[in-house]
Amino acid sequence: MAEVLVYVDHVDGAVRKPTLELLTLARRIGEPVAVALGSGAEATAATLAEHGAVKVLTADAPEFAEYLVVPKVDALQAAYEAASAGGSPAAVLVPSSAEGKEIAARLAVRIGSGIITDAVDLEAGDEGPVATQSAFAASFTTKSRVSKGTPVITVKPNSAAVEAAPAAGTVEPLTVSFSEKATGTKVVSRTPRESTGRPELTEAAIVVSGGRGVNGAENFRIIEELADSLGAAVGASRAAVDAGWYPHTNQVGQTGKSVSPQLYIAAGISGAIQHRAGMQTSKTIVAINKDAEAPIFDLVDYGVVGDLFEVVPQLTEQVKARKG
Amino acid sequence: MSLRIVVCVKYVPDATGDRHFADDLTVDRDDVDGLLSELDEYAVEQALQIAEEADDAEITVLTVGPEDAKDALRKALSMGADKAVHVEDDDIHGSDVMATSLVLAKAIEKTGYDLVICGMASTDGTMGVLPAILAERLGVPQVTLLSEVSVEDGTVKGRRDGDTASERLEASLPAVVSVTDQSGEARYPSFKGIMAAKKKPVESLDLEDLEIEADEVGLEGSWTRVDSAAERPARTAGTIVKDEGEGGKQLAEFLASQKFI
Ligand SMILES: Cc1cc2nc3c(=O)[nH]c(=O)nc-3n(C[C@H](O)[C@H](O)[C@H](O)COP(=O)(O)OP(=O)(O)OC[C@H]3O[C@@H](n4cnc5c(N)ncnc54)[C@H](O)[C@@H]3O)c2cc1C
Ligand SMILES: Nc1ncnc2c1ncn2[C@@H]1O[C@H](COP(=O)(O)O)[C@@H](O)[C@H]1O
Repeated sequence: MAEVLVYVDHVDGAVRKPTLELLTLARRIGEPVAVALGSGAEATAATLAEHGAVKVLTADAPEFAEYLVVPKVDALQAAYEAASAGGSPAAVLVPSSAEGKEIAARLAVRIGSGIITDAVDLEAGDEGPVATQSAFAASFTTKSRVSKGTPVITVKPNSAAVEAAPAAGTVEPLTVSFSEKATGTKVVSRTPRESTGRPELTEAAIVVSGGRGVNGAENFRIIEELADSLGAAVGASRAAVDAGWYPHTNQVGQTGKSVSPQLYIAAGISGAIQHRAGMQTSKTIVAINKDAEAPIFDLVDYGVVGDLFEVVPQLTEQVKARKG
Repeated sequence: MSLRIVVCVKYVPDATGDRHFADDLTVDRDDVDGLLSELDEYAVEQALQIAEEADDAEITVLTVGPEDAKDALRKALSMGADKAVHVEDDDIHGSDVMATSLVLAKAIEKTGYDLVICGMASTDGTMGVLPAILAERLGVPQVTLLSEVSVEDGTVKGRRDGDTASERLEASLPAVVSVTDQSGEARYPSFKGIMAAKKKPVESLDLEDLEIEADEVGLEGSWTRVDSAAERPARTAGTIVKDEGEGGKQLAEFLASQKFI
């Protein structure tokens, strides 16, 4: 079976969930070979093996942290060339993070391949892997494939279930010689985000979001309390972010995160097309809005027309009571 | 020496319109009004601010697109850009990101540049990868997805707010930059700006001018294929209740019935 290269997104050896989902998809089209770079790369191997990686190619060098994107492209290209020695890989899969997409795109140019970004599903096809994508704020679903070279495909979080599928996961060091361009963009400093203790927005099973109706940074407590009672992540509309009430990292929508949880609760959000673009594919949608005409109600499974300052605290209390 | 800035702007169907696909599965650009992608207005704005700081700078706005795409150029010119380049050729229709980036890279090289500025993503394709591809094709540093950007003494600096960290970046010119919608509100064109834009030069280029063969671009020259596009079924109408004091409780019952609590 042909190899499928899977680029590993990890933080100091802790593999992020979307990479495990990629391994599930990779097994549909070939044998997953993981590529883990940077500090902690080797520590990823055990988890990757549990989820189906037959091999884990690892490399660490200061360049990966000190310069933007290009060193990682050099390494992924080295992995691609190593894999090509034994026949052409079936695909290169990369998680659809901002950085992942840029790495994938530059690799695609170098190896003369077409690229598909933000796939939400992947199947084997007669002419190579077929990717499902959402278009026009998730109002269309398309099926596409790469018609030249080894398909390079980036996949959104929550596109497949994480499955245990033990495999060898043999660690092999990858030799990387950095290109002259690798040191072009220096990362002068890096400030890690503080952890809130809540689930990651893009990975959470439940998301509770607040919008302009929340009317102030201090009022976001109400949204957070509901989220915490449900074990949910907190999201915000752009209006709330622009007003400075909540950090931009929590923005849901076209220019924020796109989420596809089991349950999405929107409070004080009107449902503009750019917001819908980031949450329309959620399985169950609930909204609280005092305007019965708000477009968000076109999407909901359950909607409450009312004041969020009344409805949300009452809901939180009920959730806590029921959970005992 | 003058700082030559090229801003890549895309003409896109209005996101609030009824966007759909044409029969050949390309984005339908006829039935929905087009405009300068809002996310590229941020790129024009940052170009204008960088030019204001520089002693001597010239901003060229560049688009690859059909005849109507001139509207996007006019808007950028009326915001304050100095001149425009429009690459138009029937053979470009249906180009994917690899083909489009090839055309843009050639046009940028022909125009001459120290700094290329793009938006974070197009509002129709929403890939967000073209700036990185341009940097790869042009062989210059990429300084992308910036929420803050400045240029001083031949160095571009910026802040990139990522998923897990916020980074300060630095690169020497020439370079390719992309800016996010966090970089600062774009200005509205003034009446004076709109009048002035009418007299600003718009250069038209075709594939031959850029020495690109027809089979390198368009549907045929693209490295990806769209096999089908289907409208998502509308969501089935849900239950909507008016809060009469029990709204939170009713909602909790619904969530319990769906096994969320
Ligand atoms: C290029 C571009 C990209 C964009 N990207 C994004 C994006 O990524 N994400 C995003 O969200 N937006 C995005 N937007 C902005 C989007 O168009 C909307 O402006 C934004 O989503 C509106 O946020 P909102 O729903 O919170 O505010 P509003 O539209 O003002 O809605 C507030 C809602 O709260 C309700 N309300 C007020 N008070 C209460 C109360 N006490 N109780 C209950 N309900 C109440 C009101 O009835 C109203 O429906 C983008 C726009 C553009 C042009
Ligand atoms: N046809 C085009 N003409 C000019 N610039 C473009 C074109 N397509 C994309 N761009 C630029 O590339 C950025 C990212 O586009 P994309 O990768 O398609 O989402 C946009 O914000 C524009 O700055």
